[in-house]
Amino acid sequence: MNEYDMSTFWHWWVVVLTLANIAGIYWLIRWTAKKRPGEVAEGSETGHSWDGLSEFNNPLPRWWLYMFYFTIVFALIYLVLYPGLGRFAGMLGWHSGNMLNVEDSQYMQERQRAEERFGPIFAAMAEQPIPVLAEDSDALATGRRLYLNYCSTCHGSDARGASGFPNLANDFWQWGGTPSAIQTSIAQGRQANMPGFGDSLGEEGVEEVAHYVLQLSGRPDADEARAEAGQARYQMFCAGCHGQDGGGMEMLGAPALTENVWTYGGSLAAIKHTIEQGRAGVMPGFQELLGEERVHVLSAYIYSLNPD
Amino acid sequence: MSHEVVEKNIGLMVVLIILVISVAGLVQIVPLFFLTSTTEPIEGMEPYTALELEGRDVYIREGCYTCHSQMIRPFRAETERYGHYSVAGESVWDHPFQWGSKRTGPDLARVGGRYSDDWHRLHFIDPRAVVPESNMPSYAFLENKVINADLTPRKMRALQRLGVPYTDEQIEAAADEVRDMTEMDALIAYMQGLGKCRDPDGDLVPCLRAGL
Repeated sequence: MNEYDMSTFWHWWVVVLTLANIAGIYWLIRWTAKKRPGEVAEGSETGHSWDGLSEFNNPLPRWWLYMFYFTIVFALIYLVLYPGLGRFAGMLGWHSGNMLNVEDSQYMQERQRAEERFGPIFAAMAEQPIPVLAEDSDALATGRRLYLNYCSTCHGSDARGASGFPNLANDFWQWGGTPSAIQTSIAQGRQANMPGFGDSLGEEGVEEVAHYVLQLSGRPDADEARAEAGQARYQMFCAGCHGQDGGGMEMLGAPALTENVWTYGGSLAAIKHTIEQGRAGVMPGFQELLGEERVHVLSAYIYSLNPD
Repeated sequence: MSHEVVEKNIGLMVVLIILVISVAGLVQIVPLFFLTSTTEPIEGMEPYTALELEGRDVYIREGCYTCHSQMIRPFRAETERYGHYSVAGESVWDHPFQWGSKRTGPDLARVGGRYSDDWHRLHFIDPRAVVPESNMPSYAFLENKVINADLTPRKMRALQRLGVPYTDEQIEAAADEVRDMTEMDALIAYMQGLGKCRDPDGDLVPCLRAGL
């Protein structure tokens, strides 16, 4: 609860109810323990008897009663030291810091301690160029931990990707494999956008282009006649992004089609599906969550998987 | 001793018991309904779109909250992994809120934008296709279930009465927004909106930014 936006009414509401409650239970224990006129002496039988079991008029056990009083004293001391009574912050000035980023709150202190300990390590790593960092085993161990935490859900714990999620451990890069390209991919994310060509190409056209794409990768399963027919269509619809020779264009994230490496599968059916429906792979940006220094270390780890 | 008075007078005992157990609620719960930090939305927050709202209902129906929380606590270990800790103002339009109390899976309070739509689709169809060590069940059937678009405006109307600032135009347009969409589409839209707010330019951005 944030004591700073509590109105005076609710402040007193909390204070009065809390203190009245404590006073009330103290009164209750005293009142119920009070002797009443006409009751038998302490320790003697009250005269109540059930099947031969008789009741004594005994006071509450001393130890129990003292513990009860102790909880009352504890509550009062707590309310003096810690926040609890409305807007009263407590004499120790303790803050959970949940609502306000108060500098001395527990959370901010925890972050500051971590920053003092880990900050210089990351700062030193951030000053080194990525190719140098990619040779540093400490940096790579850190980078690998970051990778497993933030990247492995899509790219796999071995960084070999999955269908629809690029393999990071081969020398094939959709958006470029230079240190700065990798860093940009991680920090800003990437948004690929291949439109579907099913309508413009027609069923036969898709088939032909698919065979031409297979041929570009030197695949033996490409049908020569169809590939030849597909070439003209490829030049018209695909070459703008994937290049006339199928070399791709890193700036657009249009992958090369000559390497027989396939993010969405390299079977004829998968390629046809890609041409027909298009693909729009999204890599989210991580600058926000990780900050520049961690992105730098992470980039070095990715780069180390395949320095070119 | 005088406790006999209480023990023999059941009406008095009931009154005393009610007094004692209501104090905690009166002190700890009631004021929360009148504090701005617990009743005012944070800046930039928008009510769920029609599709997100349908996704949220799928989330509740499938019991996602039994394994996923939506409540990042103010500890460094949590904010490093999930982002800024959750604040009460983010939940003011959630009826009921989805804080949860168990994390068999990760917290989802800021999962919006962390993964692509494609990832979510693959993951809901077969979680182990993308996360081999996952023990989440498959929700592939959501792809075959079409949203009942006639109910969407009524749900939004109910929320409007509870104080969610839907405009009448939004409610009128809602049915067409979700018509023929699947529950899978809705759930993905809900996931992608979690923890996201709109900045003055209308772009989706994290509601609260981590950072020292």
